[in-house]
Amino acid sequence: MDILGIILSALLTENFILVKFYGICPFMGVSKKIDTALGMGMAVTFVMALASAACFAVNLLLVELGLEYMQTVVFILVIAALVQVVEMFLRKFVPALYKALGVFLPLITTNCAVLGVVLVNVQEGYDFLRSVVNGAAGGLGFTLAIVLFASVRERVDKTECPECFKGFPIALITAGLLALAFMGFSGLSIF
Amino acid sequence: MDIIIAIAILGGLGLIFGLVLAAASKIFYVETDPRLEQLNDCLPGANCGGCGYAGCGGYAEAVLNGEAEIGKCASGGNECAQAMAAIMGVKAEAVTRKVALVRCSGEKTYDKDGNLVSGARVKANYEGFKDCLSASKVGGSGPLSCKFGCLGFGTCVKACKYDAIKIVNGVAKVNEDRCVGCMACAAACPRKLIVPVEPKRNVVIACASLAKGAVTTRGCTVGCIGCGLCKKICPHEAITITNNLAVIDYSKCDNCGLCATVCPKKLIKDSNVEKLQEAKV
Repeated sequence: MDILGIILSALLTENFILVKFYGICPFMGVSKKIDTALGMGMAVTFVMALASAACFAVNLLLVELGLEYMQTVVFILVIAALVQVVEMFLRKFVPALYKALGVFLPLITTNCAVLGVVLVNVQEGYDFLRSVVNGAAGGLGFTLAIVLFASVRERVDKTECPECFKGFPIALITAGLLALAFMGFSGLSIF
Repeated sequence: MDIIIAIAILGGLGLIFGLVLAAASKIFYVETDPRLEQLNDCLPGANCGGCGYAGCGGYAEAVLNGEAEIGKCASGGNECAQAMAAIMGVKAEAVTRKVALVRCSGEKTYDKDGNLVSGARVKANYEGFKDCLSASKVGGSGPLSCKFGCLGFGTCVKACKYDAIKIVNGVAKVNEDRCVGCMACAAACPRKLIVPVEPKRNVVIACASLAKGAVTTRGCTVGCIGCGLCKKICPHEAITITNNLAVIDYSKCDNCGLCATVCPKKLIKDSNVEKLQEAKV
């Protein structure tokens, strides 16, 4: 049952963007249209789950050698290499998926949400299954936040707003309000 | 000692990943046609979507696969079509440049009491999204009395990537020097007012009203009522009246401009005359 708890907390109470403020760069950059936001969200979910699995294995090696203090550096290396290989693999064998996610994959290489989820896995001492679940659910939480944000932005773009708020300022205010709304989940606990 | 192990581990991992990436780039290498890049270089790269494909890259790919014809790029024009034809080893027909024309003359002018002097009558004030599509859905036929007129909320202005359309007195106006003819505005216009014409085409009919004469007159002072004076005076029989609207057949028209002189509503525009007037002023 604690797996359900992990999923819920990664989706809502500990949402990577709106509660922990990881991965703000793609959140602001790729959220002008709902469909691109959805594509980005799917790519992040995919990479976060994969990175959780890969880094779990690498972390075993680091713990064995007593090199835990190198986790951050090594994880960045692992994630960057992993994303590159996955991109090449998709391009060759799954062109359809590459077309859908291809543009976003290089953007994720150095995304802090991906690094964040891996470090959380280590800190919480999750086992393999729980790491992957946390990664996937964290990615879905990212998708939820970015799609919500993109749909609000699409509507805000069509309204008349004061000249000084046009563009990014109003987007930042919107993001702040969304984050406030997500604070409402903070008391949520079932287990 | 610890630090040496740490360096060795990190260096070793880096080396392994580097080798894996190098191997992967060989194993997963995807061959691409060199012509694709050449085709991409020919295209203007504005990604306006006028060809019907997702950006210039999509069009280049479609041409390479033989799915699309050469010469669909309005913005690149004839030069681009010939260059693409040379790469693909075929001959392309000459492409003539087209520009967008907004078929509405209902520019609103008011006297100092706020009474309409000329142009389209506004039957209601629209407060909402500044968007023609959403305005056109309100109250059955939008805020204008004329069901066919330009709403002037600038959906075409937003669609234009070349900054070639402006709203003047509530009606969209195309700057022909800037327009490349991608017709992104035509796709965005909910009233389908925008059509491609040859640039410097002297005589154009700037109205799209299919309503009966009396209805058109009630809604706008410059609407086509289908009176047929232009049809009668045209020496080349180039004008027909269909659905209460005059239409010019440009294969017969020779730009004499007689129709513009007789139009009682002054909605047939003759750019020669306009230029003369501007010169006089």
